[in-house]
Parts: sequence; structure tokens; C-alpha cells
Amino acid sequence: MDLPLLWFGLVVLCWVLFVVLEGFDFGVGMLAPVLGRDSGQRGAALRTIAPVWDGNEVWLVAAIGVTFAAFPDWYAAMLAGLYLPAVLLLLTLAVRGVALEFRGKKDSETWRRRCDLALAGSSLATAAAVGALLGALTGGLALDENGDVAGSGMARTLGVLAEPHTLAGAVAGVLAALTLGATYLGLRTTGPVRERARTWAVPAAAAAAAAALALAVAGAPQALAVAALAVAALVAARAQREGWAFGLAVAGTGLTVAAGFLGRFPVVLPSTLEDGWSLTVDGAAASDVALQTISVAALLILPGVLAYQALAYWVFRRRVASEPVAT
Amino acid sequence: MDTLDLSRLQFAVVTIYHYFFVPLSISLAALTAGLQTAWLRTGREHLRDLTLLVGKLLMATFAVGVVTGLVQEFQFGLSWSAFSRFYGDVFGPTLAIEGMLAFFLEATFLGLWFFGWDRLPRLAHLATIWIVAVGTVISAYVILAANSFMQNPVAYRMNPETGRAELSNFLDLLANPVLHAAFPHTLAGAFMTGGALLMAIGAWRAWGRRPVVGRALGADATAWRTLARAGAWVTAVGGAAVAVTGDLLGKVMTDVQPMKMAAAEALYTTETGAPFSLFAVGSLDGSERYFSLEIPYLLSFLGTGDIGGTIHGINDLQAEYEQVYGAASYVPWIPVAYWSFRLMIGTGVLAMLAAAALLWLSRRDRVPGTAVSGANDGAANDGAADDGAAGSLARLVTTGGRALMWSLPVLPLLPIAANTFGWVFTETARQPWLAFGLFRTEDGVSPGLTESEVLASLVGFGLLYGLLAYVWFRLVMHLARQDLGGSPSAPHDQPDDAGAAPSIAPAY
Ligand code: HDD
Ligand code: HEM
Ligand code: HEM
Repeated sequence: MDLPLLWFGLVVLCWVLFVVLEGFDFGVGMLAPVLGRDSGQRGAALRTIAPVWDGNEVWLVAAIGVTFAAFPDWYAAMLAGLYLPAVLLLLTLAVRGVALEFRGKKDSETWRRRCDLALAGSSLATAAAVGALLGALTGGLALDENGDVAGSGMARTLGVLAEPHTLAGAVAGVLAALTLGATYLGLRTTGPVRERARTWAVPAAAAAAAAALALAVAGAPQALAVAALAVAALVAARAQREGWAFGLAVAGTGLTVAAGFLGRFPVVLPSTLEDGWSLTVDGAAASDVALQTISVAALLILPGVLAYQALAYWVFRRRVASEPVAT
Repeated sequence: MDTLDLSRLQFAVVTIYHYFFVPLSISLAALTAGLQTAWLRTGREHLRDLTLLVGKLLMATFAVGVVTGLVQEFQFGLSWSAFSRFYGDVFGPTLAIEGMLAFFLEATFLGLWFFGWDRLPRLAHLATIWIVAVGTVISAYVILAANSFMQNPVAYRMNPETGRAELSNFLDLLANPVLHAAFPHTLAGAFMTGGALLMAIGAWRAWGRRPVVGRALGADATAWRTLARAGAWVTAVGGAAVAVTGDLLGKVMTDVQPMKMAAAEALYTTETGAPFSLFAVGSLDGSERYFSLEIPYLLSFLGTGDIGGTIHGINDLQAEYEQVYGAASYVPWIPVAYWSFRLMIGTGVLAMLAAAALLWLSRRDRVPGTAVSGANDGAANDGAADDGAAGSLARLVTTGGRALMWSLPVLPLLPIAANTFGWVFTETARQPWLAFGLFRTEDGVSPGLTESEVLASLVGFGLLYGLLAYVWFRLVMHLARQDLGGSPSAPHDQPDDAGAAPSIAPAY
């Protein structure tokens, strides 16, 4: 069996799961202050993700860890080459996780309002940062023959933020998160939050469709498929088919991420300086022993992970009430 | 400072910060599980209240551990990409397996536990927190396997074409003798930390800053007393375990990294029957001693298990390494090695003694800082009425108890400090090597990395981590001040299923 190929597929799978699952977490974080008119409604919105966000985030840990194990050169080139953008991502992720987790631990309006604000801001920033990073990786980095990016000062790794791929990625990240978040909240809440989430899902999906269309016109015809999925999500959201709307948003997001990685196969990280310096699946792969080790481990562990994560969603499958409950 | 020094500083800052929270997460997870088990077995209400309190402390700590752990996962690629390329084949699989095996377990089941009180059958709910506890221990084991490789490289072969280390067998990596000593040692240190936090909170609430007999009466009094004594037991037993396992670790270290032991002792010349230096004043580079307090033969015993054992000195080892690895300095930073090793032991032992003292002073319903037992309501005079030898002894005990009560706020900091000093020692006294004998620190930094980038990220991490520590501390203080079982859950918490009011649903 071609182990490097298998692991390339698994790296992509981890990224897809991370972007989709955390995508709706970021969306809910951004939308909670907008959709919830009081602390109770905002709490209801956040309660839909509170039990599961951490498990979702581990898909990022897995994506990075698996990249390190299966493609050490890819890991090294990607993170060192995107040094400052990656640090920014880590900082916003830190604020997001702590705000979400601390919010419910103290019964005080001020405390909750501050946490909500921090959460909304950091969710927006993180969604943009994840999109930007993935966009930059698709566009490639200025790798030399050793896989390093040279340059001076902070511009060495910040410069990539002005590239069209990166900007498009940031926009896509935010729109995907909004669409996922609105459709997810429609599916998971009752009462006023659900009503408002339904109305927000339509423009969010429309904006995503428009962005995908623009991308297709700009020279990435594959984006047409994403645009079609976004339009379908829009239609489903208008028809108040919540399950369909969410499912289609998931499909559109997943497809975007997968297409970004698979588009230049067998290149995993393109060099913008010289094609021959790009990292490829086989060129960046770890030794056979390392690949065999993680293959055995993944075979034993990952089915269980998928099963108990599904169990968690099943346990918390009921809608969260956002209307005031008489006590 | 150049890029190398800044990168080292950044690594030290973010890793040490991560490790403020890690030992608390490890120990509080297991302690929450233990408390919940005790509650289910005895049905005592106050144990349920304590389970919830410790669980909330765990959740708050865990969140910071998670977000700072993510930084760790990226660190090796961000600033140490040359090192990542060199040994990614060995280290990568440990990180991947840690993520898949441990982090998914911890994260998913902690969510199930906290929000699942009313959703899961009792025993299934209890199982979730035990799974979290097991997850933290697995992640400790696996990450320590990676670190042990750096102390004592095993299970690799050099690829002559690429000049990189490649994994030869994962099971051999887990069979590293350093790991087998470091893992129990680290775990014991972790339990001291969580125990000390619970001990401080419990004692503070049970007996207050100025202990007055009968102060915290009622149902809560039993609970806080239980918490204080349980925490003290964990710290005291953890302290004994840390000493036993630290001794083992010292022997392994003397064996695989003799230079580290020599540095820890600032021992320049090889000695047989070497003494252990408790305190020394010397020239800054440690080459001359003006004053030193020593325990005869102890060093030889710690290092070899034999009071007549030979401990190699720095000068001999330097000469030996020059033969093997070429001309360079192989001597780590002696003052840091010497003092961090002593401070690790010193602060840890102090925490253990404080815990033992608290256990003794609160035995059989006694109130620390007073001379009478708490069951003896109303007798609030300090019981020092009679004079004589017995009286002055009683007064001494009372004063000691008061001092202990006053020191409660800093008690949890002692094991945290010991953990930090332990890591500072382990990592700095390994220098100049990143992976001992294989790869030098100066070769590990990401090529192309600029000073301003590292400086910017260091400032960013520093500011944000400072803020997080402050907010975390405020939250812990808030949780510790709350009355037990009294955290009201707002009406909107209720899920819409059948309107059944949840009994202990957590507020959100
Ligand atoms: C002795 C134990 C131990 C040690 C030495 C380390 N960690 Fe850690 N780490 C844990 C024990 C732990 C833990 C107890 O399992 C944590 C704390 C909170 C948590 O989520 O798990 C954790 C969290 C944690 C996370 C977040 C997991 C999540 O998202 O749930 C990552 C990615 C890492 N760590 C990675 C590292 C790396 C790369 C380290 C090496 C420098 C490191 N840790 C040192
Ligand atoms: C909880 C676990 C760990 C702690 C607390 C820790 C602590 C430290 C400290 C204090 C330093 C600074 C040393 C100095 O400035 O000389 C350091 C350096 C370093 N450690 Fe560790 N370490 C841990 C685990 C690891 C692991 C698992 C790895 C790698 C696999 C690692 C790799 C490094 C590197 C690359 C440096 C920077 C170079 C250096 O200055 O030594 N550490 N660590
Ligand atoms: C009481 C006697 C103690 C002895 C003899 C001892 C011994 C040691 C030794 C020799 C090391 C270095 C390991 C290496 O370089 O590979 C070490 C590391 C360490 N110590 Fe201790 N120690 C003691 C107490 C403590 C206490 C009280 C704590 C914390 C509560 C602690 C926490 C640590 C930690 C976190 C490390 C670094 C991680 C590791 O390698 O295990 N130690 N200790």
C-alpha cells in the first residue's frame, strides 16, 4: 500500500473535519451577540457548541501532529514559512477557547458580556486567520531549495498576507463560518434565536455563493461547484429545511478545503520561486517505519475517536431552548 | 540577543507557562473522578458539592492548558524547523499518537462530563471523568517519551544520505530508561500541585485567615475540612513519591548524562564518596567556592546508590567529550543548574512539610492555629491558660498553626515552583545539546527566522499569557469563595426536553 498517499489523504481529512466542525463553532461565536437579544439567548446559542467545541478543535491538533509525523518537511516548511500568521492564529484561538470556557463559570452580567465580546471578536479573527492560512498554503510560499523562506524583518512571513490567495481565503473562511453557524443554530435551538438564525442563514449563504462565483470568474472554475452548493443551501434555508441547509453548507465548506489541498497534487506545498523546489507527497514523506507506526496507531484509534465524537453529538442532540422558561 | 537566544527564551516562556496548568489538569482530573466516585459510593451530599467545585476548577485550568498546548504543538515547526527536520521522524509519531489517543479522549469526554450530568446514566457519567483522567496520564506519558529521547536518544538510526535521525522502533522509544523514571516523577509532582491547591482552598474556607473555633459551622464546614485534608494527603503522599522517583531519576541521569549531575553539583573534579552541597557561595562561573554547606557522601549515594560511588567531575567530562565530539564547550550553565536543582527539591519539600503539618494540626477535629478542637464549640480562647512547659509547647503549636494559615495563599505556588525549577534544570543542563550527543541547540533554529519576528511573537505571547493568567486567577478566586452547592443555574439553562428541571445542570 502507498502509505504516503494514504497519509496525505488523512491530513486532508483532518483539515476538512477541523474547518467544518470548528467552522460552525466560529460562526456561532460571531453570531451569538447578534442573534441573542439578552444574556439568556446568547447563552442558549453558545450552549449548542459548549460541550463539543474542544473535541472539534483537536482536529487541528491532529492535522498538525499528523503532518509532523507523516511529512516532517511539510510541517517544518509550512510553520516556519508562515511564522507570524501562525502565531496570530494561535493568539486568537487562545482568546476564543478561554472566553468560551470561562463564560459560564461566573454568575455575573458584566463577566458574561465581556466574554461574549471577546468570543465574537476572536471567532471572527480566527475564522479569517484559518482561511488565510489555508489560502496561503494553496498559493504556495517562497521556498528555496531547502524548503525555507528567506527575507528580512517581519515582512518575511507577514508579506504573504497581501497575496490574493490569502485574502480570498480569509473572506472564504469568514463566510463559511457565518453560513455554517447560522444554519447550525437554526438546527440546534428553539424560539427567538432559531427564528433569527433562519433569517441570517439566507444572506450568509448568498454572500458565500457570490464569493465562490467571483472566484470561479477569477480563474478557479472548480469554485462553481461550491457556488452551486451555496445556492442550494440558500434555497433550503429559505424553505426552512434546516437539516438540508446545514448539510449543504458542510458540503460546500468541505469541498473548498479538499479542493485547495488536492488541486496541485502531488505537490503538497508549492514553491513560488521554482517549481522544482515544491514539496511533494513522496519527497516530504517520513520513513517507512514512522509511517507504519502511525498507520497501525490510526487504524486502532481513529475509528474509536469518530465513534465517541458521534456519541457526544448524539447525547447533546436535543435543541436548546432560547425562549424564557417559566420557573 | 540574537535569533537563537530569543527563540530559546520564547520556548522556555511558553513551555513553562503551559506547564503551570498541565500538572493541575492532570491531578484535578483524577481528583474530580475520585471525589465523584466517593460521592456515588457513600451518597454524602457534600462530596457531590466538592466534585462540582473541583470539576469547575478543572474546567477553567484545562481551557488554559488546551490553548497553550496548541502553541506547543506548533512551536517545533515555528522556531525549530531545522530540529524538526532532523528528528521529525522520531518526534512526529509521538505527537500524532498523543493527539489521536489522548487529546481526543480528554476533550470529548470532558464536554460529556460537564454537560452530561442529566443526560447520562450515573455510572456512564462517572466513567466519562475517569476517561478524562486516563487521557491526561496517557498524554503525559507520550510527551515525556519525546522529551526523554532528547535526554537520552534511543530507538533511532541515522540515515547517512539525509543526515537525519529515523525511527527504528516505536516500542523501543517507549522503553527509554529515562522515561520510566521521569514519568512517575512528573506524575507525582503533578499530584502535589493539585493537592496543594485543594488543601489551600479547603483550609482557608474551613478555618479562615484568623482561625476561630466553630467559625465555619454547618454542612459546609465538613465539606471544606474534607477538602483541606484530602488535598493535604495528596500533597504529602505525592511528596514522598516525588522523592523516591526523583532518586531513581537521579541515578538514571548520572548514568546517561553524567555532565548534568556534575553541573547540578558544580562538581569540577571527579570524586569518590562525594558530598551533597546544600548551599554554596562561589565565583559566578562556579569554579571557586568560598563557602559551602555539605552532607557527606550523599551525592555519591544519590547518583550511584553507593556512598563510595564515583561521580565524574566537569573537567574530566569536558575533556572526554572533546575527544568524542570535537573541540567545543560541553559545560552547561552551572549556576542555573546548581540552583534550579536545589530549589526544585527545596520548594517541593517545603510543600510536603506544610501538608504534613496541616494534617497533624487538624487531626481529630482540631482547628489549626488554635489549641482546642473544633468540636468543642464556643471555647474560643486560645487555650493557653495554663503555664509551664506543656503550655509553652501548646503556644508554639498554636503559633505554628497560625503561621501555616497565613501562608495558605502561597502554598500552591510551592509545587508549581518545584515543577518549573525541575524543567529548567532538565532542559538547561542538557545544553549545548538539543538531543544529547546528536544535535546541538545552535543548529536547531529555523533557517531564515528573523529577530524581529521572534521578538514580535514573544511580546504577543507574553502579553496574552499574562492576561490569561490574571483572568484565570480571578476565576479561581471567585470559585473558591462561592458557597458550596449554591451556584444558581439560570432559567435559560434548561433544555427543552419535557421541561424536566435538571438537578445539577451546570450554568451556562
Ligand atoms: C506531563 C505532562 C505534559 C507535558 C510534559 C506536556 N503536556 Fe501538553 N498537555 C498535557 C500534558 C503535558 C495535558 C494534561 O494532557 C493537557 C493539559 C490540558 C489539556 O488539554 O491536556 C495538555 C495539553 C496540550 C495540548 C492541547 C490538547 C487539546 O487541545 O486538548 C497540546 C497540543 C499539547 N499539550 C502539546 C504539548 C507539547 C508539544 C509539549 C512539549 C513541549 C507538552 N504538551 C508538554
Ligand atoms: C513539559 C515539557 C517541557 C518543559 C517544561 C520544557 C522546558 C524547557 C525549558 C525551560 C527550556 C529552556 C532551556 C534553555 O533556555 O536553555 C526548554 C528548551 C527547549 N526544549 Fe524543552 N521542555 C519540555 C519538553 C520538551 C519537549 C517534549 C521537547 C521536544 C521534543 C522540548 C524541546 C526543547 C527545545 C527545542 C528547547 C529550546 C532550545 C533550548 O534552549 O534548550 N522540550 N525546554
Ligand atoms: C525530593 C527530591 C527530588 C529529587 C531527588 C528530584 C530529582 C530530579 C532529577 C534528577 C531531575 C532531572 C531529570 C533529568 O534531567 O532527566 C528532576 C526533574 C524534575 N523534577 Fe524533580 N526531584 C525532587 C523533587 C521534585 C519535586 C518536589 C517536584 C515537583 C513537585 C519535582 C518536579 C520535577 C520536574 C517537573 C522535573 C522535570 C521533568 C522530568 O524530567 O521528570 N521534583 N527531578
